[in-house]
Amino acid sequence: MPGVHCFASILFREDTLAAIIPPPLPSDDKRWKIVNGTMRKNGFARHALIETLHTVQSSFGYLDDDAIRFVAHSLRVPLSQAYGVVTFYHYFSLKPPGKHTMTICTGTACYIKGADKLIAEAGKQLGIKPGQTTADGEVSLMTARCVGACSRAPVVLSDGEVRGETTCKHLCEQLERWTVA
Amino acid sequence: MTIEELDQIAQSVRQENAKYDYEINVCMDLACASQGAEKLKDALVKAAEEGAKKVLVRRTGCMGPCSHGPLVRVDPEETLYSRVQAGDAEKIVNSLGGEPAEELRCNLEQHFDSQVRVVLENAGYIDPEKIDDYISRDGYKALLTVLTEMTPAGVIHRITESGLRGRGGGGYPTGLKWGTVAKAAGDQKYVVCNGDEGDPGAFMDRSVMEGDPHRVVEGMAIAAYAVGASKGFIYVRAEYPIAVSRLTTAIREARRRGLLGNNICNTPFSFDVEIRLGAGAFVCGEETALIASIEGKRGAPRTRPPYPAASGLWGKPTLINNVETFANIAPIVRNGGKWFHDMGSERSKGTKVFALTGKIANTGLVEVPMGIKLREIIEDIGGGVPEGHKFKAVQTGGPSGGCIPAEMLDVGVSYDALLKMGSIMGSGGMIVMDDTSCMVNVARFFVEFCMTESCGKCIPCRAGTAQMFTLLTRISNGTGTMEDLELLEDLCITVKEASLCGLGQTAPNPVLSTLKYFRNEYIEHIVNKRCPAGVCNIETAAEVTA
Repeated sequence: MPGVHCFASILFREDTLAAIIPPPLPSDDKRWKIVNGTMRKNGFARHALIETLHTVQSSFGYLDDDAIRFVAHSLRVPLSQAYGVVTFYHYFSLKPPGKHTMTICTGTACYIKGADKLIAEAGKQLGIKPGQTTADGEVSLMTARCVGACSRAPVVLSDGEVRGETTCKHLCEQLERWTVA
Repeated sequence: MTIEELDQIAQSVRQENAKYDYEINVCMDLACASQGAEKLKDALVKAAEEGAKKVLVRRTGCMGPCSHGPLVRVDPEETLYSRVQAGDAEKIVNSLGGEPAEELRCNLEQHFDSQVRVVLENAGYIDPEKIDDYISRDGYKALLTVLTEMTPAGVIHRITESGLRGRGGGGYPTGLKWGTVAKAAGDQKYVVCNGDEGDPGAFMDRSVMEGDPHRVVEGMAIAAYAVGASKGFIYVRAEYPIAVSRLTTAIREARRRGLLGNNICNTPFSFDVEIRLGAGAFVCGEETALIASIEGKRGAPRTRPPYPAASGLWGKPTLINNVETFANIAPIVRNGGKWFHDMGSERSKGTKVFALTGKIANTGLVEVPMGIKLREIIEDIGGGVPEGHKFKAVQTGGPSGGCIPAEMLDVGVSYDALLKMGSIMGSGGMIVMDDTSCMVNVARFFVEFCMTESCGKCIPCRAGTAQMFTLLTRISNGTGTMEDLELLEDLCITVKEASLCGLGQTAPNPVLSTLKYFRNEYIEHIVNKRCPAGVCNIETAAEVTA
């Protein structure tokens, strides 16, 4: 059936073209090349969306509109779907993080051992709520579902460094270190 | 690679290790690392270099009793030291060959005596980033035996014979699942490892992936051979960066040794594994949601059937098992199905790893034969609730499980017994609570978790958990009524029965189980406006509403 063949070849051609000519990089920032690398490694397949978003977030710290648009176009995923994925998963952030990030684990073991007190203390010290960044852009206060260090609960991550059996005192000391530095 | 070559590698590792007089194993699992194990290891290496004896300092995975970390074990004496800091390094090195450093000794005989290690057999003995360490402890022997001596049907038969049930929580017979995928038609099949350990308070899968990653890869390869798959995915939470990096290394090393890739060990069997990162969605632990997530979509579950065994990843037959299930495969193949079948209780075979946390002396990972009494786990292995407080309940199964009161502690742990008590086995989190925990507050905590983690696809879960949370908030702040309690119970049944997937179907469990065993606490909040544990903020909340 030549008609079917022709139809298939057009589809194929379009797919290949899109793969060969992805949209231009949003800027000459080198980090876009890393993002592009992830997509290339996955053959610009649609299922690489989450992987690519991870690369964007680890390179830029968050996902902005330009990034989501660029990734969606490159992978030929509808913008709505890309935005849906970004907002569905808690790990993705649409806001730039502060210079430092304090993440308080709110898993069950941490909760039983008083993580809520730590959150209240950090909130009081910084004057922000979890999920926010201080006005000077210095510290972001985040909560995590569980980082898996439950045996040393309550756990706090300071710029990714895990500390077990954290007390309010430890927490304040860490915040002071950041503000002094 | 042949079995003989594997033996040669194991032999050379043993010879290399024999050059040293002593081995100092440092636990570098997350819990110990959070207490300074990294610095400790550096200090030990330095002290060992300066000392006269030949000492091998090795980083290992979790040794178990995390609350005593950072842990160090000196072999061949098997002396365990607890709470070791970098400053103690010289003391330990100097004690080699003489009397052990008594003040650092960790005396936990009772903790270890009742444990049986199958999944954790290598934990604390191998460097997770060295494939040869794994091979020296019979690693990949099972895979090679399977590829050269067994038929796929033979492998499935052995797994079925072992009585292994899925360790992710549901307890579906693993052999039966493998058989279904093997029978499914299709030339392309997938094997997926569910490492999305979303249950807050459980960390055994993390520990296995970080401490013994090759065990998971080997289990997956055996499964792939049995069901006829050529491609595998490990879905890991992004919150576990160390697990991701250890697995990445393990996969690379396995490929280098020819234990993954095309024509593994010169057989027609080809299999390769890729890692997929989760992005913080509890619902992705549900298999159809997990599949959607691997496909790059929102992690929304769909109705079953068709089950993934018939139509899974990209519509192809897919085998999905949990990390711990895969970790059990190699020992079963090596030791036979009967060996595994002889352990455990009547309908739950083998061992189970539990993450023991909360208000208990020895927190950490324990592996026990199924059927062991909860009391033994909590009092003998866990060392009981620290002094001055009284045991109140143990929570198993995370947000999908329930709270088990003191009077039920003599029940043996098995899938069916836990279900009967209104809880579930779940992935193996066990959180001990004492008299300072308020059960209404705990139920509210879990319902809030399920409410925020609900994917929003079906109404019973999306709206039901939100309403449950409102009712529980009212009760906990002292503004609830007895009608609220009745409504809550009614709503629990609706959510349980009408939800689409496991998340919604089990979300009411924490509420129902606390209502069953701790109803008086709810009534105390409602009638006497009092929180018996002193946790809930009743007065201030009442003032606000007034």
